[in-house]
Amino acid sequence: MPVDYIERIREKYEALDYGVYQWVVSADTPPWHPLPKPLSECRLGLVASGGIYMSGQVAFHYRDDTSLLKIPMDVPTSELRATHFAYDLTDARQDPNVVFPIDTLRGLVGEGAIGNLAANAYTFMGGIYSSRRVREELAPRVTECLLAEEVDAVLFVPA
Amino acid sequence: MCHQSVGLLARHAEAVGISTLCMTSALDITQAVNPPRAAFLDYPLGHTTGKPYQPALQRQILLEALAGFSDLAVPGSVKTLPFKWSEDRSWQETAQRGPDDRRPRYDTPQYQYEEDRDRAKARASAVQFTG
Repeated sequence: MPVDYIERIREKYEALDYGVYQWVVSADTPPWHPLPKPLSECRLGLVASGGIYMSGQVAFHYRDDTSLLKIPMDVPTSELRATHFAYDLTDARQDPNVVFPIDTLRGLVGEGAIGNLAANAYTFMGGIYSSRRVREELAPRVTECLLAEEVDAVLFVPA
Repeated sequence: MCHQSVGLLARHAEAVGISTLCMTSALDITQAVNPPRAAFLDYPLGHTTGKPYQPALQRQILLEALAGFSDLAVPGSVKTLPFKWSEDRSWQETAQRGPDDRRPRYDTPQYQYEEDRDRAKARASAVQFTG
């Protein structure tokens, strides 16, 4: 059985005397755009929420940070850092590929499984309590960046 | 909330004609927000695309997940990936249980290394100087 995170987080917040968190429940059919050609011919984008930044960039903060960072896909992996309040960072700080699969994706392009990668990946700190702010502030910005990158498909990676 | 945020972004991008696939290790949160396509990896949070320093496993995980772009034919489908974190399920017992283990929610940048703070400052002042 998978972990029941919604129930556990509800219990945790109750114990801390926080209000009940209103999770987003979408009862509609999600939008749907099938991949127009094989992945081996596609340009793939990457968007990750695990608080990944590149040394030299201003790091994320933990109070509803809706900022978005642009990380070149050819970044040296040794320049990547992780900062986030809601998950155990130990492994991500050792090997960012556990939440930001940059070497993995570059390898798959090398072996021809993916056509190519967008010029840049986009990262944010996903622990944003306000789903309204995610919808209204972050989503349009991310989509605009992905359109500018002219990607066919995008892999989204939460942490 | 990471999983919820990602699902909302994927729905937004898919609506303008970009195919999306969300990794997830929190199946219930992902199913609630209901993104177009998802691949479920039953690992502890913070390992959505694999275990550290195991590139062969990381590659297998992504190959299986990315196959979802062609396998998944129904909007809102979630593909369960065939990988286990460990033989026993003890990691699940402690996941998000117990006292609050979160870091305080400061509104100042939280650097991994102090050196990163210095580099970010140096870069900001260089930009201002050449401005």
